[in-house]
Amino acid sequence: MRFIFKTDYAQDLRLAKHGGHLFWYGLLGLLLLAAPWWSSEYVMSQLHFICIYSIVGFGLMILTGFTGQVSLGHAAFLAVGAYTEALMQAAGVPFAISISCAAIFSAIAGIVIGLPALRLKGIYLAIATLAFGVVVEEIITRWTKLTGGNEGKHLKPVEILGWKLESDAEFYYLCLALTVLCCLACINLLRSPTGRAFVAIRDSEISASCMGVNLAKYKTMAFAISAALTGVGGALYAHKLAFISPEQFTLFQSIELLTIVILGGIGFLHGAVLGAAFIIVLPQLISIGKGWLPEGMAPSGLQAVVFGLILILFIIFEPLGLYGRWLKVRTYFELFPFYRKGMFRRQKSYMKSERLR
Amino acid sequence: MSFFKVENLGIRFGGVVAVDKVGFEVKRGECYTIIGPNGAGKTTIFNLIGQIYPATSGKLFFLDKELNNLAPHQVAALGIARTFQNIELFEHATVLQNLLIGRHRHRKTALWQELLYTPSVRTAELAQREAVEKVIDFLELAKVRDSLVAGLPYGVRKVVELGRALATEPKLLLLDEPSSGLNPEETDDMAFWIEDIKRHLGVTVLMVEHDMNLVSRVSDRVLALNLGTVIAEGTPAEVQAHPAVIEAYLGKAA
Repeated sequence: MRFIFKTDYAQDLRLAKHGGHLFWYGLLGLLLLAAPWWSSEYVMSQLHFICIYSIVGFGLMILTGFTGQVSLGHAAFLAVGAYTEALMQAAGVPFAISISCAAIFSAIAGIVIGLPALRLKGIYLAIATLAFGVVVEEIITRWTKLTGGNEGKHLKPVEILGWKLESDAEFYYLCLALTVLCCLACINLLRSPTGRAFVAIRDSEISASCMGVNLAKYKTMAFAISAALTGVGGALYAHKLAFISPEQFTLFQSIELLTIVILGGIGFLHGAVLGAAFIIVLPQLISIGKGWLPEGMAPSGLQAVVFGLILILFIIFEPLGLYGRWLKVRTYFELFPFYRKGMFRRQKSYMKSERLR
Repeated sequence: MSFFKVENLGIRFGGVVAVDKVGFEVKRGECYTIIGPNGAGKTTIFNLIGQIYPATSGKLFFLDKELNNLAPHQVAALGIARTFQNIELFEHATVLQNLLIGRHRHRKTALWQELLYTPSVRTAELAQREAVEKVIDFLELAKVRDSLVAGLPYGVRKVVELGRALATEPKLLLLDEPSSGLNPEETDDMAFWIEDIKRHLGVTVLMVEHDMNLVSRVSDRVLALNLGTVIAEGTPAEVQAHPAVIEAYLGKAA
């Protein structure tokens, strides 16, 4: 078992808390950097998607996992990012500017939905964001002059300062770099006052406001940051698919995004990455599994059924998600043989008569 | 200049008059306690001070600044901190993080600096940590510093909540039943801390409390409420002996 001897407050501010972190994250980094050499074309493509969904996952994790605001309309922010990128590329805007605009426009959309959200909580907020998602999808379909409607929009490969990222490996490095940048930004945010204010709002709004947290400002900020990250993900998503149309930004997309954070482990940034990886790999596993089933026993809706089943099982047996499961396994081995079954069980919170809900 | 003054304060929820024409003044550096039977409107007064509820009538002044129509976070920014009767901690954060949230009103860094974690953010974080460590030392919370609040016993949570309020460096501290749910020893510790907060930290304390033992130990003046109205004010001994107070708690002789 590792015991960290603390001698300095600055120690708690470090990114890598001990040598183990440096080693394992370093190894992961090397593995990811070398991916174009060890992976097949198919795996490469999956890695693109995992990076993109991780960025979106970070965004949704900030909002739902850390600020406690449920969103069923995140596909809308993804769409704003994707269409901004598509339109700006068509207009010949450099990539650095167009992807920043994708983030900024999504953030503005986030603020717009964040404002009414200040008065809504829990399930009502979910309904409001759901409605927002549907509205945006409808706008994209109907505003044919701008978005091309159901005919969709085509995108050319990314071009940075005259360098065309045409190969899979080049696009992969772009995705990886942006994922790492977004991840670092999220970590920094969460270990500074703004991130703590988010967590405070999640756990008790009334006492957050009594500690001087401006609820309206920070909730709006959470929506804006979350939407901006989703917008960046959306821009990359558009490039990955090279063709976008309203069908990619439906309610099901929003639910899939929410599934990422719930399966991954709500309230952990690691969860966003694990959830993204899971949701990308799962369809592949299902199609492998289909091969084993006898003829005629593999219905076409199998994927939806398995998805739903896994989500239900996770909510019942592992509400902390994949990352929570990993934490338990790790603690088991760290404390071996002293691990107790209830170690991660939390007491029910005491009566909340002053929640004013 | 008065330190903290409440004038003719009242609130009604529909037909229920929860607080009616309450007025009192708290002097700088004293411990002022509000007592009264259940449902007398004590906690409601705290919520009115914190602007959680808007007052139906009356005015509140802190250092001659009117509190009415401010948002709760603006009241906190003036230097009024509070604890809650049923504990409202941030459950899924560590004790240290809870206390750091208490430092929120002393935040100096902008969002872009935090996203990049610039050296100024680092310096600010270290300064906040040092301020929080002082509170941890004061309340002897060192051994639970890194524990999640969700796993702590009730008595410790109560102290953590007091610590979080102190971390804001308040001028006026509102304590809502600091001894509720504590055993006699913990109540004793609480009494010491309240006295220290008053004497050594120079913080004015406004408290709601039922335990008359604790009240007479730490308070300078006491206000008794019943059914939303003031029935007596004075030193703890005076109020305890007041016929209206005895009647409110025990009822009239038949």
